[in-house]
Amino acid sequence: MTDRLYDAAGTTAPIATDGDGFVLHDDDRRAILDERDHYEQPQAACIEALKIVQKRHSWVPDAAIAAIAEALGVGVGAVEGVATFYNLIFRQPVGRHVILVCDSSSCFLTGFEELGEALSQRLGIGFGETTKDNRFTLLPTCCLGACDRGPAMMIGDDTFGPIAPDDLSELLEAYP
Amino acid sequence: MMTSIPSNSRLRYKSQLRQPASERLEHTHPLTWRLNDDGSRVGLDEYRQKNGYVGAQNALEQAPDDIIQAMKTANVRGRGGGGFSAGVKWSLTQVGDNLPRGYMVCNADEMEPGTFKDRLLMEQQPHLLIEGMIISARANRSKYGYIFLRGEYVDAARSLSLAIEEAREAGLLGDDVAGSGFDFDISLHTGAGRYICGEETALINSLEGKRANPRAKPPFPGQSGAWGKPTVVNNVETLCNAPAVLQHGAEWYQELSGNLSNDGGTKLYGVSGLVACPGLWELPIGTTGWDILERAGGMREGHTLKTWLPGGGSTGFLLPEHLELPLDFDTVGQYGSRLGTGLLTVVSQRQSLVALLRNLEQFFARESCGWCTPCRDGLPWAAKILQTLEHGEGRPGDIELLQEHAANIGPGLTFCAHAPGAAMPLESAIRHFRADFAAGIVEEDAKGGSAVADGSDTAAAKEEVS
Repeated sequence: MTDRLYDAAGTTAPIATDGDGFVLHDDDRRAILDERDHYEQPQAACIEALKIVQKRHSWVPDAAIAAIAEALGVGVGAVEGVATFYNLIFRQPVGRHVILVCDSSSCFLTGFEELGEALSQRLGIGFGETTKDNRFTLLPTCCLGACDRGPAMMIGDDTFGPIAPDDLSELLEAYP
Repeated sequence: MMTSIPSNSRLRYKSQLRQPASERLEHTHPLTWRLNDDGSRVGLDEYRQKNGYVGAQNALEQAPDDIIQAMKTANVRGRGGGGFSAGVKWSLTQVGDNLPRGYMVCNADEMEPGTFKDRLLMEQQPHLLIEGMIISARANRSKYGYIFLRGEYVDAARSLSLAIEEAREAGLLGDDVAGSGFDFDISLHTGAGRYICGEETALINSLEGKRANPRAKPPFPGQSGAWGKPTVVNNVETLCNAPAVLQHGAEWYQELSGNLSNDGGTKLYGVSGLVACPGLWELPIGTTGWDILERAGGMREGHTLKTWLPGGGSTGFLLPEHLELPLDFDTVGQYGSRLGTGLLTVVSQRQSLVALLRNLEQFFARESCGWCTPCRDGLPWAAKILQTLEHGEGRPGDIELLQEHAANIGPGLTFCAHAPGAAMPLESAIRHFRADFAAGIVEEDAKGGSAVADGSDTAAAKEEVS
C-alpha cells in the first residue's frame, strides 16, 4: 500500500481509546489503524479490529466494542452489530484452544456425529461449552472445505482430517 | 502457538490434487499443470519460469473491451456455482470518464458444503489468482482489488500474503503494473465466518465492515458495489481461468472441452462421501459423473450409490442414472439441479437421506442472515419437521408442508439465493425418494394425541398454516 485509500469524514480518530475501562493495547491500536488504511471507509476495518482484539484476549468483551468504535471513529452500534453477526467473533470467554468441528454434509456423511460425540465424551462438555480447566472450547462450524478428508476439524489455526475417535488422544495432547 | 503435531502428520489436512504431474500438461490442464506433486507452493520465480504472468502481460497490452470479448468467446462461466458468463458480467461493469474506477473483488469465501477446490488453488498456486485478478481489473478498469478469504483458510492466507508481497516487489502490483501505466494493487481481507458472505452483495457488505445481509438488486455491483463504486466480484476458480484465455486465446480455451460441452475450458471436479478415494481432478468441463466417480475408485466396499449432489449442498439430488450426463451448467440445469461448484457429494444406500436432509436444512437455517421471514423462520421449521421424520415421529401432511415451503422459497421468489439453495436439495430429495420421508410418518391413530400434548413446534406451526 502506498497511499491511504479512504477520504471519508471522521477519520481523525482520537489516540486515547478508552472504552469503559478497556484499553486497547498500543500494538493493537496501531494494527487497527493500519488496517483502516486498506479501505475507503474506516468501518471496513472493524471485523479485522475485532479479530485483532480477540487474538490478544481470546474473546471480545463488551467494553472492547466501544474502544474499537472510538479508535475507528465509527458508532458503537455499528461495531456491536458486526460483532454479534459473525460466528468466529467470540462474545464470551473461550478456552485456550477453540475446536471447530465441521458439521456440514460431507463430514456428516463421513462421521461427524461419531466424532462430535467422542469429543464431547472425552472433554466432558457439549458443543458451545468450555472445559472447566479452560483448555478447550468445542464449537460446530460450517463446511471447512476439507471434504476429501472428512470428518474434519480445526484446533486453533490447524486443520485436521480425517479424524477417527481413536486419533483424539494424540491430537488433543498436542494442545496443552 | 507451536504444537507437537508435525506438519507431515497423517492427521493434518493438506489440499491435494489426485492427478500426478506426469498427467498434467500445459495445453490440457491450464489450472493445475504448474502444481508440484508434493503440494508445495509455486512461488513467483517458479511461476514465471512456467510461463506465469504471460496472460496478464497480454491483457495489459490490450484494450479492456478486447479482454472482455475474449472471455465471452471462451465462454468462461462462473465457477463459484452461478454459471454466469464471466465475460458478460465484466461487460456490465459501469465505466466512463466521469465515473470513478471501482473494485475487483475475488470471492474466496469457499463455504459451500462439499466444496474444497479454491483452497487448493490459493494454497499451492496463489500467483495464478493474482494474475487473474490483474486481468479482471484491467478489463473492468478496477482501481483496487480485495481477496475476500474465509477466516478459517489460514494456510491460504499465508500463501496469498506471500504472493502479494512477491508480486509487489516484482512490480506486478502497485503503480504502473509491469510498466503498462495501469495502477492496481490488492489487499487480502479475511472474514470471520458465516456462509452468507459468499453471496456477492452480502460479501460487499461484509467487506465494508457491516453485517453480511445481501443487498437489493438492482443496482447490481457492476453499477454500484463496494462503497457505491462499480465493483466486479468473481470466484477464485473463475479468475484462475482468465490467464490461460489471455495467453492462448479464446478459441484454444473453448476447444479444451471439445465436443463435451458448449461451456469452455476445464473444471476442478471432485467427489466426497463414502467413495474409495475422495479427491479433486482438473478435467474438461462436460466430463461425466461416471468418469469422476471412477477416478475416485467408486463407492467404498460394501456401499452402493443411492443419490448424489453434483455441486454442493445447495444443488439438487440426482440419481445414479444421471451419472452419464456431461457435468456442465446447461445440462445439469435441465434435470432439476445445478452444476453448482462441480464437486460431487455421494450418498450410500446404507445412509439415511432423511438424516442428511435434516443436516442440510439445519445448516441453511443456521446460516440464514435473518433478513427475511420465510428463510429465517421457515428453514428452522423445515429442519424440525425433518428431525421428526428422521425419528419416525412425523405427522401426515409433513411431506406436503415441506414441499409447499420449498416451492414458496424457490428461485425468483426471494431476496437472495440462500433460501432457493435450501429448497433445491429438499424438493429434489422428496421428488426422487418420497418413500424415505413417508417412512418417518406415524399414523394419527397410532400416535394418538401425544404430539399435540408435547406441544411440539411442528404441530403448533402446522396449525398456524391450516
